[in-house]
Formats: sequence, C-alpha cells, structure tokens
Amino acid sequence: MRKPRGNGENMNILDIIGPVMVGPSSSHTAGAVRIGQIARKLLGEEVRQARIGLHGSFLATGRGHGTDRALIAGLMGLAVDDRRIPESFALAKERGLAYCFEAVNLRNAHPNSVKLEVTGVTGRMLEMAAASVGGGRVRVCEIDGLRADFSAEAPTVVVYNQDKPGVVVRVSLKLGLAGINIATMQVYRDARGGHAVMVIEVDQEVPADCIADLERESGIEKVIYLCMQA
Amino acid sequence: MYRSLEEICRTAAEKKMKFWEVIRADDCQERQLSPETSFSQMEAMYLAMKEADAAYDPTLASGSRLAGGDGGKMRAYVDAQDTVCGEFMGRVMERAIKMGESNACMKRIVAAPTAGACGVVPAVLLSMQEKYGFSDEQMTEALYVAGGIGGVIASRAFLSGAEGGCQAEIGSASSMAAGAAVSLRGGDAAKIAQAAAMAMKNLLGLVCDPVAGLVEVPCIKRNVSGAVVALAAADMALAGIVSRIAPDEVIDAMREVGISLPACLRETGEGGLAATPGGARAGERLRKDGGNG
Repeated sequence: MRKPRGNGENMNILDIIGPVMVGPSSSHTAGAVRIGQIARKLLGEEVRQARIGLHGSFLATGRGHGTDRALIAGLMGLAVDDRRIPESFALAKERGLAYCFEAVNLRNAHPNSVKLEVTGVTGRMLEMAAASVGGGRVRVCEIDGLRADFSAEAPTVVVYNQDKPGVVVRVSLKLGLAGINIATMQVYRDARGGHAVMVIEVDQEVPADCIADLERESGIEKVIYLCMQA
Repeated sequence: MYRSLEEICRTAAEKKMKFWEVIRADDCQERQLSPETSFSQMEAMYLAMKEADAAYDPTLASGSRLAGGDGGKMRAYVDAQDTVCGEFMGRVMERAIKMGESNACMKRIVAAPTAGACGVVPAVLLSMQEKYGFSDEQMTEALYVAGGIGGVIASRAFLSGAEGGCQAEIGSASSMAAGAAVSLRGGDAAKIAQAAAMAMKNLLGLVCDPVAGLVEVPCIKRNVSGAVVALAAADMALAGIVSRIAPDEVIDAMREVGISLPACLRETGEGGLAATPGGARAGERLRKDGGNG
C-alpha cells in the first residue's frame, strides 16, 4: 500500500483523523506551536528572550489565527493541544519570557514562514527560520544563518563543524558503530574551509553518550540532538 | 495508506474483512503497532471529539468577532422542536456549527481531516451515536472508515484548501463522514465507497474564500453543509443508489478541479466571499485593528 508519490506521502491515519489541537488552523496555529517547540529544543534550555519575525501569510493573517500566541506557547514547551495556548502571552509574562514581533521579508521563503532569534537562561543564542507547510507539519529552513531542511519528525542530529576533509565520515562511522541508521543526511557550509553544518535524520534514538562522543571529535564545534518525541 | 477505494473494497471481499478492519490492518502494518494499540489511539480521537462537543461555550467570540454564538442559537431552535429538517438533522447542524465556532475561538478540536473542516465528522458521528445508541467501540470502527476514505483522498488528491479549495477540506470531510455513516448502518464496503463518492460529487467545485483569510466566514457554516450532504449521501447509498462515476474517479475529478482553481479561490482570501464589499470591509477593519484580531 506504500504509494511511491503524491501528497499523502509519509502520512498515516492519525494525520487524517487528528491531531487533537487548539484551533483555528493546523498550519497557522498547530504548526506554529511546533516551530516554537523545535526552537526551544534546539536551544537546549529555557527561553528568556525571543525576537520573532513573521513573513508572508504568517504576517498577514497570523494574529487572527493566533500564530503569535502559538509560537510563544511552543517556545515555552506547550503541546499543540494545550488549552493554555490562547493565554500564552500572560503565561510568558509569569515565566519571565520577553518577546517581540516584527514584520520580515525572507527571500524565497514559503508563505507561512517565521524567523526566530532566541536567547536562553544561560545566555545561549539560536537563530532559526522555519515554515509551516500544511497539516501542522513544519520544515526548519535555516539554523544560525546556515541552510537546513528537515521536519524534526524523526530523531535529528545537527552537527556544527569546520569545513575540512574527514569530518563527515567520522560522524557517520560513530553513528554506525552505535547501531544508528542514517535515514537522510544534508551538508551545508558558508564558505570553503569555513563553518559547516550537517543535518542527519536517523531511524533510532541517539543515546546521550554518543552525542557527547561526537562533540569531542576534532573539527566539531557543537552537536545538537533533536528528538521531539522524547 | 491505500491509494484507491477499489483496492480497499477488493481486499475486504478477498479477506472477508470489514472496511474498517482493512484500514486498521493497514495502520498496524504501517506503524508497526498491535491492533489493540491502534484501536485505542483511534478511540482516543473519538473521545476527544465528544469532549470538544461538550466543551462548547456559546458566550465565546473569536478575536475578529466574526464568529461565535450561533451554536447556542441553533441549540435553542432545535430544543423548541419546530425545525424544518426535523430534530435529528437539527442536532447534526447544531454540532457542526458548535465545533466550527470552537475551532475559531481557539478551543481544542480534532482536525478531521483539517481544523477548518473539524465539525463535519463529529456532527455526523456524535448525532448517530445519540440516535442509535452505538457503543464507543462501534464509533471507533466508523472513525477508521472515515480515516481510510480520507487516506485515499490524500493519496490521490489533497486535503488542504490552499491546494484544492474548500472541496478538498469540507468535501473530503463529508465524503469521510458519509462512508462512516453507512458503515454504522451495516452497509458493506461497496456501499461505503458509493456514499463517499456521492458526498464528494455534491461538493465538487467548492472554493476556499475565507473572509480576512480567517477560518471563520464561510468555513463554520460550510461544516453544516458538509455534514448534511454526508447524511444524504449515506441514505442514497443505503437505498442502493450508485454513483455513475466510479468512486476513485470522483476523487480524481476533485483533484483536477482543484488544480484548475485560480489562486484567489484557494485560501488566499482574495476571491469569492472575501472579495465582496462586505468581505473586504471586514478584512479592512481587522487590518486597522492591528493585524486582524
């Protein structure tokens, strides 16, 4: 029954009947919550400050769809069906999360796109651009100024490294030895010999010691592990 | 998920299974789950629909003030027992409006298949459970039927207004609900497919023209028409009426019609009702209020 192509690709029956979510829009509300959640996970700590740039349809109809409140809810780790989403601004005030919204025009971006600059409790910072592509599904398009393209539906390893020979093979070897199968892999860089990022979607959950091990490899600057199920 | 209703019907006949059992078996295979786990997840969706229906608050209004309160009006009208369509259809309409309004007011709903069309399937299913006293297990089986039909539509066409217009959202929801209703009344797989086809045929060409780009006008009231059409299609199928165009070909036609729709009629809020003087005024007022809402 696996169909080779078409819009229903990778969907299952709970994408048809479901998700349970706070309305009014799977793309503008549920998808926005998910983008916030991903930014929080990528940052790896509580968010203290967020500067949020809305693009396209997110800018034009986002307020009426609660996109702004949904993004803040996601940054605080709320789920897509959390009844507190409509009151997320008040909750953010309580929790000491400062935020601001602005209009942005992102180049070649999907109509439902957002750019987030977040700062965590220890001062860690992250810049991320993402799009809500329909049915509550999202794509991360940019991390810290480097291109990326992943859904965060599978466990994902994001490796920041120096652009030099042998890094990719050592990362994939370490994952392989840990019994982890790579489903997809993307590599991007800002310039030859500059900063690079690897986005690796895997079939198994990656243990914390394996991530720590990767971080110790020479040429690797930072490793982020994203598992939205955990 | 299956790519055609014909294949589901063939599998049901060959393996002597019911439509819903074919869909559950496919889900178990696809997500590597036990039948019990799959069933309890689907049952949770039905219970969430019930909970959302019960949680309706007639005093709520959406941020735009374009939506809210109509569910309460419908309930009072049906309670007075003097409706044109009779009490059962009155309750169906009431539930469809209530769920659509709850969605617009940022309450918790079940997207089925989308948030904009979230009122159709529960309006039909909850009202049938009330009328016939079906168990939650039977209702969960019916939800598998709805999901199976929606899966075929997702595979062959689309489920979003941005891609295919409102026919892809309300039309699909109506098609799903029609099949589920037939299944509850004991109709076989072929009749389920016929009901799905007839509901879709009756909503073919429906455009997505939301005022101010919001999931409110006309989306909420279209949930009513989706639910009513679903039940009419179910009764036609149960009477033995068949679609002259094969069910899978009806879905293919929905795809072709959707592709032919100009962008202004695919959720951009630039055509149809959104572009009327009244629709444009509402959009303008919301923009002045500071980014609608």
